[in-house]
Amino acid sequence: MTVLAVAEHRRGDLRPVSYEVVTAGREAADATGGDLHLAVIGGDVESFAEDLNREGVDAIHTVAVGEEFDHGVYAQALTQLWADVEPSLLLAPNTVNGLDYAPAVAERLDIPLVTDAVGVDAGEELVVTRELYGSKVETTLAVDADRAAVTVRPSEWAAAEGHGDATIEPFDADIDESALGARVTGFQEVGGGDVDIGEADVLVSVGRGIEEEDNLDIIQALADALDATVSASRPIVDNGWLPKDRQVGQSGKVVTPDVYIAIGISGAVQHVAGMKGADTIVAINNDPNAPIFDIADYGIVDDLFDVVPALTAEFQ
Amino acid sequence: MKVLVTVKEVAAVDDEFEIDGLAIDDRYLSYDLNEWDEYAIEAAVQISEAREDVEVVTVTVGGPDTEETIRQALAKGADRAVRVWDDAIASAGLLDPATKATVLSAVVEEEDPDLILTGVQAADDGFGATGVTLASAIGWEWAAVVNSLDLDTEAGVASVHRELEGGVEETTEVDLPAVLTIQTGINDPRYASLRGIRQAQSKELAVQSLSDLGLDAGALDSPMEQTSLYEPETEGEATVYEGSAEETAGELAALLREKGVGEA
Ligand SMILES: Cc1cc2nc3c(=O)[nH]c(=O)nc-3n(C[C@H](O)[C@H](O)[C@H](O)COP(=O)(O)OP(=O)(O)OC[C@H]3O[C@@H](n4cnc5c(N)ncnc54)[C@H](O)[C@@H]3O)c2cc1C
Ligand SMILES: Nc1ncnc2c1ncn2[C@@H]1O[C@H](COP(=O)(O)O)[C@@H](O)[C@H]1O
Repeated sequence: MTVLAVAEHRRGDLRPVSYEVVTAGREAADATGGDLHLAVIGGDVESFAEDLNREGVDAIHTVAVGEEFDHGVYAQALTQLWADVEPSLLLAPNTVNGLDYAPAVAERLDIPLVTDAVGVDAGEELVVTRELYGSKVETTLAVDADRAAVTVRPSEWAAAEGHGDATIEPFDADIDESALGARVTGFQEVGGGDVDIGEADVLVSVGRGIEEEDNLDIIQALADALDATVSASRPIVDNGWLPKDRQVGQSGKVVTPDVYIAIGISGAVQHVAGMKGADTIVAINNDPNAPIFDIADYGIVDDLFDVVPALTAEFQ
Repeated sequence: MKVLVTVKEVAAVDDEFEIDGLAIDDRYLSYDLNEWDEYAIEAAVQISEAREDVEVVTVTVGGPDTEETIRQALAKGADRAVRVWDDAIASAGLLDPATKATVLSAVVEEEDPDLILTGVQAADDGFGATGVTLASAIGWEWAAVVNSLDLDTEAGVASVHRELEGGVEETTEVDLPAVLTIQTGINDPRYASLRGIRQAQSKELAVQSLSDLGLDAGALDSPMEQTSLYEPETEGEATVYEGSAEETAGELAALLREKGVGEA
């Protein structure tokens, strides 16, 4: 089958997930002996196409419209390209932008969409593996359709390497400007503030298991005893208990400390995206099935309200 | 003005659970209002408080058991609720975003709202796609992962921030009517007051079947079928310390000292 995978870029740079969809796309195409086509829409498409020309790519369709992501342009360009290339599988990154156009494209093409895939088996029948209940359970979905769309989770596939000999084909999409109803006006960096958790050697990181704002005292006490910096998962920041610049994860900061101590954090994929590069990961969580233990090097399965004060006492 | 908020009751699994075939036994599941929808409800209620004549209606595709969760939304300030359910939906198996969007589109046609707010994702099956699929199905504009919203109904535009990866937000102007998928942290969801909880009991909660909405069971046809459900193999090689809190804390302290932590 022919696979059409979509690259992602922002503010002049391809995002790493683009090379991962190439790998996922090549695998899916291989399963049926088909071709892998890529689409790159907007920005400096020629230089993007050069970078994307990795091993295993058969064709790259460049759509030179606009600079930045615009979901209306993506939806129109991809539905037109779909008709032109006639692929069986559309692969898009399961990113914030991917989820802003892939559902619309699938709906317009009237093809089924499976999101956040961690496995794609495109053999006889399309079978997609995805996670449920905050990564505690996995499921497979069989998709009984000739054509389908799948969004793939970032960091699950290796980045494609090598140099390919894809043909690079400008695609002249016919964009109906009057149908574009959302205009990107700019970008803002969030955060700032006086603490840079990205610089810390040791992070004591707190999650929803702490239950109440007042309980943060025991986390701060531990951090003080360890001469460490306090960071947090998203709910702590959403609740306003700690400032935004303390948030670790997909929409917060990516941190790579020597030691990361996750306390009452389940290990949701968007959190893990921000801390999996830490040298040593320690998890304290009373749920033995919490996904954080999958990436932890050391763990304690117990009540944080018992363990944290005991640990603090060890250093006083 | 009418704001429609999609509300899902989500399941969470207990620390210990068992999988039986393609399902987790109900005794290992607990149910609650989806975290993302809580923020969407609050956003809608704040819109209604800031202007005259705004009605906030919630819609849920869910069984009778979800009514307790729907009452939570009403207690937090939604004016009334629609629940869509019948035997066909109950026996349909997986409701993928396209199927849900078909059902929700029919509710949109009945209700004729001016704005639709959904959550970014459902905490349990997390497709993260229902809102944008719905927008496309009804031909409206949309924005996914909205963490700031400023509505200008006169100009017919919503100015939003979309939360991208890596601490970057995109500022976007979206033509109304639109479907916005709401991200946590956009506001500070209120707790239901005692008065709110009492009032919620007498607010309208209408149940509609597919046929009430002009749909038939064919609307539920989905090419997707769940074929397995299992606990993922742990890839982890974590050393797990055993014993009392004092013992495990002692072992962890020794490790941390070895790594030079707390030795300053
Ligand atoms: C687009 C998008 C972007 C996101 N970006 C981020 C991000 O940047 N960062 C981020 O963190 N999240 C992010 N999230 C949210 C993410 O999906 C999770 O909701 C969040 O990470 C959960 O935080 P948590 O682990 O603290 O809470 P939960 O998942 O609620 O976990 C709490 C944990 O505490 C444990 N616990 C409870 N009580 C105790 C106790 N007494 N002792 C020990 N353990 C206890 C529980 O077993 C549980 O594992 C994002 C989500 C989306 C959709
Ligand atoms: N059964 C449902 N009933 C009402 N709304 C739903 C339902 N399922 C999903 N939604 C809405 O769609 C959002 C995204 O869900 P999902 O695409 O399943 O991750 C949720 O936050 C809800 O607002």
